[in-house]
Amino acid sequence: MRPASDVHHPLDAHHSPDAHHLPDVHHLLKAFEGRPAAVSASAPDPVNLPMIRHWCEAMGDTNPAYAGDDAIAPPAMLQAWTMPGLSGASSARTPAYDELFALLDGAGYTAVVATDCEQEYVRPLRPGDRLTFDTVIETVSPRKATRLGAGYFITTTMRVRAAGELAGTHRFRILKYAPAPVQPPAPVQPPAPVQPPAPVQPAAPVQSAAPARPARPRPVINRDNAPFWEGVAAHKLLIQRCTACGTLRFPWLPGCGRCGSPGWGTVEACGSGTVHSYVVVHHPPFPAFDPPYAVALVELAEGVRMISNITGVPYDGVRIGMSVDLEFIRVDGEWELPVFRAQSGGPEGAGA
Amino acid sequence: MTPGEELPSLTVPITRTLVIAGAIASRDYQDVHHDAEAARAKGTPDIFMNILTTNGLVGRYVTDYVTGHSGLKAVLRKVSIRLGVPSYPGDVLVLTGRILSVNERTIEISVVGTNGLGRHVTGRVVVDAHPLRSRTAP
Repeated sequence: MRPASDVHHPLDAHHSPDAHHLPDVHHLLKAFEGRPAAVSASAPDPVNLPMIRHWCEAMGDTNPAYAGDDAIAPPAMLQAWTMPGLSGASSARTPAYDELFALLDGAGYTAVVATDCEQEYVRPLRPGDRLTFDTVIETVSPRKATRLGAGYFITTTMRVRAAGELAGTHRFRILKYAPAPVQPPAPVQPPAPVQPPAPVQPAAPVQSAAPARPARPRPVINRDNAPFWEGVAAHKLLIQRCTACGTLRFPWLPGCGRCGSPGWGTVEACGSGTVHSYVVVHHPPFPAFDPPYAVALVELAEGVRMISNITGVPYDGVRIGMSVDLEFIRVDGEWELPVFRAQSGGPEGAGA
Repeated sequence: MTPGEELPSLTVPITRTLVIAGAIASRDYQDVHHDAEAARAKGTPDIFMNILTTNGLVGRYVTDYVTGHSGLKAVLRKVSIRLGVPSYPGDVLVLTGRILSVNERTIEISVVGTNGLGRHVTGRVVVDAHPLRSRTAP
């Protein structure tokens, strides 16, 4: 049976959940462009009738040109003659090619699929022809999200010679990718209690991330918001304040929404707030998060609102009007994030 | 043979045997082409046809057409293909083609191969048609 719902189409750009937690190594891969993948390599076997016959049998190709005393090899066999076969470690490949693959394998892009093949046949190949070939790594694409998983397209060009004379060229593109999980339903584990043995942290809050958890998406920091994130790193929650009309604004923007002035200063939030609204996310799952979880719109004492997480209560304990206090959590051991801790005294208690 | 002319389609049942025989005949021992369990571990539901077999089938389709249609010997000059959805065992690949240009003996043909999942291959083939040479000729 064919699972029609499980179509893999390497060329189809598609959101791939695993792309976020694997390193993007394109800058390293780029250095391989132009380097040889094979130099004066020899085909393992001379062009020969048995291999031609096996090919024709497999393809169902009964073309008489490929049989008899005057046989030529099916031109589409061009690449087949150069294949290393089961012995694998062919002496043909250069260290550069092996390094490129080792780099990708090491970064998690372990699977490979061919996507394009362009061949030009300059002269027919006949039994007895001994082939040599040179291959160059032409391009390595930036990382692409595909239905198979995130990966890089690698294009190589091979020139095949017979007795030193150009016999054909073979341009080949593969996708080297990190396989997406097979089970269609969800890459996300059920909440902790279901996990059998678990060297767990008993009542620890969500942030003490399980080691295997993919990294949380990082903030996009740019000219317009960099001072905000600098403040966060110093455990200060800074609100922008228009220097022309005094209006506070959040999130950070290049200009005042009230008077249009680009001038701004900052006010440090005192850290008190209330839950203005919230949602509980059950679906879709993202690799860095375990649904269900609450996402709250917190109104700060200064009057601006911001979206954040609520700590100290389970997802179903968050309530509108709940008093919360600013705190900072360390994410993936690398960066700080402002969140809000529910004030003790119960969800219903301290309605502001 | 004139530009715009459609080639008769060729239907190729994708048997497990074809997938594996094609892979081995092309000396492609990637496990995804012969080992279903290993294929699944790499995120694909079954073994699938390798690109060299697709290439071979496209070549066969075009040369069979040219020879069958004109009685001339067909010699492949260029085959460029791009793969789309995979071809898994149990599916059926239907190759269709259209003549793009005819220039003396050189014919350019576009080929599309569709299976139950969609478009498996799109490509262009350039083929030369030569008068058949008698094998016994001096």
